[in-house]
Amino acid sequence: MSKFSNADRKLKNLSEKELFSFAAQNPDDAERIGYTDYSYWRSTFRTFMHRKVAVALLIVMLLLLLFTFIQPLLPGQASPNEIFFQEGGIALSNQGPSAEHWFGTNNAGQDLWSRLWAGTRTSLLIGFSVAIVQAIIGIAIGVLWGYVRKLDFFFTELYNIFDNVPSTIVLILLSYIMKRGVITMIFAMSITNWLGMALFIRNQILMIRDRDYNLASRCLGTPVHRIIFKNLLPYLVSVIMLRMALAIPGAIGSEVFVSYIGLGLPIEIPSLGNLVNVGRTLMMSPSLRYQLIFPTLIVSIITISFYVIGNSFSDSADPKNHV
Amino acid sequence: MAKYLIKRVARSFLTLFIVITIVFSLLRLMPAEGYFNNYDKMTPGKIERELELLGLNDPLPTQLARFYGKLLQGDLGVSNRYRVGVPITEILRTKFPLSVAFGVASMIISLLFGIPLGAWMARRKNKWPDHLGTIFIVFIEAVPSAVYYLFIQMYGTDIFGISMLFSRDNPRTWILPVISLSLGDIAYYAMWLRRYMVDEMNKDYVRLAVAKGVGSRDLMMKHVFRNAFVPLVQYIPSSLLLTLVGSIYVESLYSIPGMGGLLVSAIQAQDNSLVQALVIIYASISILGMILGDILMTLVDPRISFAKKEGAR
Repeated sequence: MSKFSNADRKLKNLSEKELFSFAAQNPDDAERIGYTDYSYWRSTFRTFMHRKVAVALLIVMLLLLLFTFIQPLLPGQASPNEIFFQEGGIALSNQGPSAEHWFGTNNAGQDLWSRLWAGTRTSLLIGFSVAIVQAIIGIAIGVLWGYVRKLDFFFTELYNIFDNVPSTIVLILLSYIMKRGVITMIFAMSITNWLGMALFIRNQILMIRDRDYNLASRCLGTPVHRIIFKNLLPYLVSVIMLRMALAIPGAIGSEVFVSYIGLGLPIEIPSLGNLVNVGRTLMMSPSLRYQLIFPTLIVSIITISFYVIGNSFSDSADPKNHV
Repeated sequence: MAKYLIKRVARSFLTLFIVITIVFSLLRLMPAEGYFNNYDKMTPGKIERELELLGLNDPLPTQLARFYGKLLQGDLGVSNRYRVGVPITEILRTKFPLSVAFGVASMIISLLFGIPLGAWMARRKNKWPDHLGTIFIVFIEAVPSAVYYLFIQMYGTDIFGISMLFSRDNPRTWILPVISLSLGDIAYYAMWLRRYMVDEMNKDYVRLAVAKGVGSRDLMMKHVFRNAFVPLVQYIPSSLLLTLVGSIYVESLYSIPGMGGLLVSAIQAQDNSLVQALVIIYASISILGMILGDILMTLVDPRISFAKKEGAR
């Protein structure tokens, strides 16, 4: 009987419940084995911070953005459409930069400083709206196009037809026909520029939708929306961000162009486009050139910043560049 | 190849048909004053009679069919406000040669500068020529052309001591518009050529050639450059054709009496028929440019066969 040790005897006396109880699980312990210090966004951020020019421009851009929004709240700011008068009731027109009017006044006697910031707000509003609309429509159509096989033929033919239409012409035509305004401008620019985004997303999705990890995911019964949002789209973050960043300078450029051909926003809504355009008409007289130089300076700072930041961010968001 | 071409051309005609129909229908929505040059003085009865005479009161499909009928005979209609009563084809005939001259000049300049710049940047990658070139490209690509054109005009005319406006007889007034037209394309060619050459230089066959001791100049010209230039070829026809019909912006800045400036004048004069004709011309030209670009690609690079690509999709 010596075969039965003390421990065996003890086990025999235990009830079923005591024998088979759940072991306590500690999630922290589970993490400890496979833990690495890698975080995608932190790495992206760290890589981005190494690019000195892009970081500097990002800071400039953030300050500029901040300032455009707090400028109307500052004390002593003129309203962009307020007309200033000299003694004797004549409009204070075309005065060069002074202590009273930092950037001078325009032909109608309005304060260029406040018009410039109001214009920057309008143009950035147009730029951001166009970028967001492009992203929403482009991603939605691109995902449908790439993921739903039956729709591929339809969308591809549609794309082949509409991609041939020059976007400048669409922009001109729509601005010619529709009522001038910010909405028209956003609509006319958005109607064509999602095409490129949609095509790109479609091509990428076609490439990655049947990779093994997605196949496995589908076999495990992952719902389609989860595959799209968790497996496919995170792959494309860098490109989506790049396209959005480039859409903003593009939209500002189009706005300047449309204003030039006389289809821009009405003059009561200051925008960088119509400020540049007013400045252009005064270019012939050197003493009034400040009215062209200030708006073009702002346009250049904004567009170059978005271009450089967008490209640097998209490089940093690519995990291949993280090591 | 032939099958692909037929399909490609047929699709372009479909695009063109859709575009013309949409443009035509949309412009019917415009107020009727765009068809008369003295609208304000006309009585409602007279306006009605004139509209009837122009066929503008007919239902849209009838008007459209009539428009296509005329279009096939090469008749684009008559200008109503810009130059009253003059056929649009007549207006275009005097404007076209000038735009062609500017287009060809700027294409030659941009190829002549853009390609050496791109090749130079690729060969001196990450050295100062590359950095300098990158600054130039970022500037041209990012800043709206509408803005730097103005600065070229403003300071260029000061430097050269010439008038701001173009005059046909003074050859020096050609300089600034041609420079303005070329800058965008120079940056474009340089940027892409650099990128394609750098990609090509990282390929195994180039490494092997280097290891075998092929001279760097020979290697660059005979292998890297030739392969890298192929994708750029596709862009050339579009770029040429679009400058042929004139840069809208540059031409009107310098008051060059070409096709591009005409669109701006037509819009400002609210001449509906002229706007319609020009929009259709621009659309057709850019569609044609894309077809030619695709064809040129297959000619330059024997590896590309669109027939095959079509099947793989």
